[in-house]
Amino acid sequence: MIVRISGEDQYELPDEDAERLGELEAAVTAAVEEGRESDFSEAYSALLDLVRSDGRVVGDEEIASSDVILPPSDLTLEEAGMEFTGEGLIPD
Amino acid sequence: MAGLGGRMSTVVKAKVSKLLDRAEDPAETLDYSYQKQVEQLQNVKKGIADVVTAKKRLQMQEATLQQSVVKLDTQARQALSSGQEDLARTALERKNVAQTELQSLDTQVSELEEQQQKLTDSEQKLRAKIESFRTKKEVIKAQYSAAEAQVRISEAATGVGEQMADVGLAMQRAVDKTENMRARADAVSELEAAGTFDDVTALGSGEDDIDRQLKQLSSQPAVDDELAKMKSELGTPAGAPQLSPQSEGAEPAPADGGQAPAGGGQA
Repeated sequence: MIVRISGEDQYELPDEDAERLGELEAAVTAAVEEGRESDFSEAYSALLDLVRSDGRVVGDEEIASSDVILPPSDLTLEEAGMEFTGEGLIPD
Repeated sequence: MAGLGGRMSTVVKAKVSKLLDRAEDPAETLDYSYQKQVEQLQNVKKGIADVVTAKKRLQMQEATLQQSVVKLDTQARQALSSGQEDLARTALERKNVAQTELQSLDTQVSELEEQQQKLTDSEQKLRAKIESFRTKKEVIKAQYSAAEAQVRISEAATGVGEQMADVGLAMQRAVDKTENMRARADAVSELEAAGTFDDVTALGSGEDDIDRQLKQLSSQPAVDDELAKMKSELGTPAGAPQLSPQSEGAEPAPADGGQAPAGGGQA
């Protein structure tokens, strides 16, 4: 599974990580919905840390499409709120 | 295809796909794809240059404000030594406004610095991918049948396209930030144009419109504090040599109550 952190690198992760990544992403989304700033930073850092520690950086000369693209690491809660709830996205 | 399927990654992926759709059809000829990529790389470079320009503009304003702070501080001291407390207060009010603007410019300059660094890194990555694409296309041309070449080049072009779209998003983000900063820079320019940081000794009698506006802008307690501090540093307006005892941590004033070092007295 190839995961891109927007504005940084692409990482190749073992498929087993998908579940854990999914959980962390859910935690991030929940924190954004409820506007919990500290939970958001914590969950988002944990998500990025997992990608960076478990993943192998895809070299600049390798050309690959990502399965997952994550927002930039310096994403603010405010920006995240606009990303996930704005532009006609209906919360589930 | 593996994926998280969560809302966050879906949204970002959708955004990138949207940018990709807007790009040229990857099934174009190999050389045309490559040529397009090189063109886009030029746009990235231009975008970085815009960020650098915005940063330089803010830095120039910083330098000007820095000078104004020093000048107004000196004028406040001079006014106070000659017993013109009102003029000293005006100078300090203006200095206070200049310092506030300086602080926010400072934050913005470092933010732009960061953006510039990130974009430069992204540009290098994109350049490497495009170079890799160039090599790949020659191999594909030489080794594969037309139909298979089409599939392979389509994959490669999508991969490069994603990188390009990602740089595009980063660029958009930088532009948004720069827009906000431009508003700030314009505000400083307006203050400058209104003569806010001009020589206060050139002011006529009575307060003008600028002064009334500045009184609202500047934080009065800070100005009061600084005026009091400056008074104690300079000694009493009559030029008496004693130093008031409550001037904690202040530099001892010269015995003649004359020139104190400019640029001191941080608010």
